[in-house]
Amino acid sequence: MASVEVREIVKQFGENAPAVDHISLTAQDGEFLVLLGPSGCGKTTLLRMIGGLEPPTSGDVVIGNHVVTHLPPRARRIAMVFQSYALYPHMSVHDNIAFPLRAQGTPKAEQEKRINWAASILGLDGLMKRKPRQLSGGQRQRVALARALVREPSVFLLDEPLSNLDAQRRASARDELQQFQRSIGTTTIYVTHDQVEAMGMGDRIAVLNLGTVRQIGTPQEIYDDPADTFVATFLGSPPMNLVERGTMLHGFRPEHFSPAAWHDAANPFERFSFVPHREEYLGAERLIYGEVGDEKVVARFPATTQLDFSIGHPVEFGVATRHMRYFDAESGVRSYETP
Amino acid sequence: MSAAAAQPYEPDISSTKRGGKAARRGVLYLAAIFFSVFAALPFAWMVFTVFKSNQDLYNGQNVPFRFNEGSPTLDNIRLLWNQTNYPTFLQNTVVVSILVVIITLLVAVPAAYSLTRLVGRWGENLGIAIFLVYLIPPTLLFIPMTRVVAVLGLKNSMFSMVVVYPTFTIPFCTWLMMGFFKSVPWDIEEQAMIDGYSRVGAIWRAVLPVSLPGILTVIVFTVALTLHEFVYALAFVTSSSEKPVSTGVTTELIRGDVFFWQSLMAAAAIVAIPVALLYTLFLDRFVAGFTLGAVKG
Repeated sequence: MASVEVREIVKQFGENAPAVDHISLTAQDGEFLVLLGPSGCGKTTLLRMIGGLEPPTSGDVVIGNHVVTHLPPRARRIAMVFQSYALYPHMSVHDNIAFPLRAQGTPKAEQEKRINWAASILGLDGLMKRKPRQLSGGQRQRVALARALVREPSVFLLDEPLSNLDAQRRASARDELQQFQRSIGTTTIYVTHDQVEAMGMGDRIAVLNLGTVRQIGTPQEIYDDPADTFVATFLGSPPMNLVERGTMLHGFRPEHFSPAAWHDAANPFERFSFVPHREEYLGAERLIYGEVGDEKVVARFPATTQLDFSIGHPVEFGVATRHMRYFDAESGVRSYETP
Repeated sequence: MSAAAAQPYEPDISSTKRGGKAARRGVLYLAAIFFSVFAALPFAWMVFTVFKSNQDLYNGQNVPFRFNEGSPTLDNIRLLWNQTNYPTFLQNTVVVSILVVIITLLVAVPAAYSLTRLVGRWGENLGIAIFLVYLIPPTLLFIPMTRVVAVLGLKNSMFSMVVVYPTFTIPFCTWLMMGFFKSVPWDIEEQAMIDGYSRVGAIWRAVLPVSLPGILTVIVFTVALTLHEFVYALAFVTSSSEKPVSTGVTTELIRGDVFFWQSLMAAAAIVAIPVALLYTLFLDRFVAGFTLGAVKG
């Protein structure tokens, strides 16, 4: 068990803008930290630098209070699961799981004990003689996890391990993976571009864009108190509405946007003249797409709610002041003053 | 117009599906049979010739694919084995092949690996440039090579071939291996490094086993190139005890204008058949499906 820290780490490929630009962050001992961002934001590069597969241009990687920046991957006591699972195609499931133990020179009897332990945790007992090509996507993922687990690493690095699974399988894999991490308590850094995975699994989320950390916090902090317009619009589906008023962007979540008549006069709220254009029924909820002034906004209602306005006709909407978030219109940075 | 529009849309696939498919299959099989026979005929002719007596072979009325007076006979093989240096030629060829294979693997595999993995965009172009070297005809190259062989003191020794043959096997096999290495996902190499090996260890444990079909292909091609090479062997080796099969049998079994056709064919068949088996057995079995299942699903 160990904490993982990167200090002012930079990675530059050629003359391009740096892929990772002075990032500093820490994953506490036992924490499940998610690196979330759009593709090309530098999250995989950051993970690869922590793993030692990519040398940083500058800055340091610290694992368990040891600077490991110049150590090769094998000396870092980490396990990594790649997006592709990277199983050795010429080896059986058993030999795949045994691979890191053989590399360490673990005695044969001890090897078998640990392989059986890892295989039983991940439910691979009946599959040990199969080759990777005879396994389903979910089974391959579990083999990759067993191989990561078997050497009892101090850190898990996971690079979008669920992205090759179909939607149904992904939901159960999310659950399994999180329970698995909780039960073994190993520090885990998890890279994804999927906000549902990030929100559902992370103890904390670091939102990355263009090689920098935009915000780091618990899923609730990130969702409720975004640090800037990038985070506000990257998380949430549909994302936060932003309406420009003067020099400020007024931000609010679709679920807080409702007819002014519904608001209690005792609680202050901000008014918007909303023109609904289109309704989208999604089973549990309905989304109303429309405009405030020239800006597109979305309102979200539970499907059971009776709506007392009609599409195409302007209606007064409001958002409780405590749900309003304000951003500087130019920089996009959060402003804590109420205009 | 309106009546046609009211009809549910149904593409007319009956003609393309049934009649067309059978006809296309037929043509395909006919073509395959024609080319198989076309390719096999010379070999069959060679094998029949091996067992023919002189009376049979030199009678213009006889069909080449049937045995007639005095045939079949093993006399030709006996002549080849007992009255020429053929066993020595074979032995020389085997020794040269093995050494050339070893040298080629030692150079071409690391070269191909580094060209595909480490040089990036330049690797591809360098690989093609290396392959172009293979295309320079040996009839041009043997002149400068003669100097090299002389300086190394290998004139009239089969080891001159061990030195010279890698000059064309290495470029060709490097280029060949590059294709195989390209199909090996980077991930499994990095995974092996995470799992506890150095880069060299990762290549040895993870990349090379997956590239085994490529390595086998390189071995087969190197052996084949070594077997059929003629110009260098003719230029550098004159004494019978040092010759490989390709130059040995042609000098010993063509005496003036007398061709010992049957024994020549026997010499060729004895070499060709193992190579043909090597091709069919190894390549088919190993090339397919080896990297399947390494990544994704």
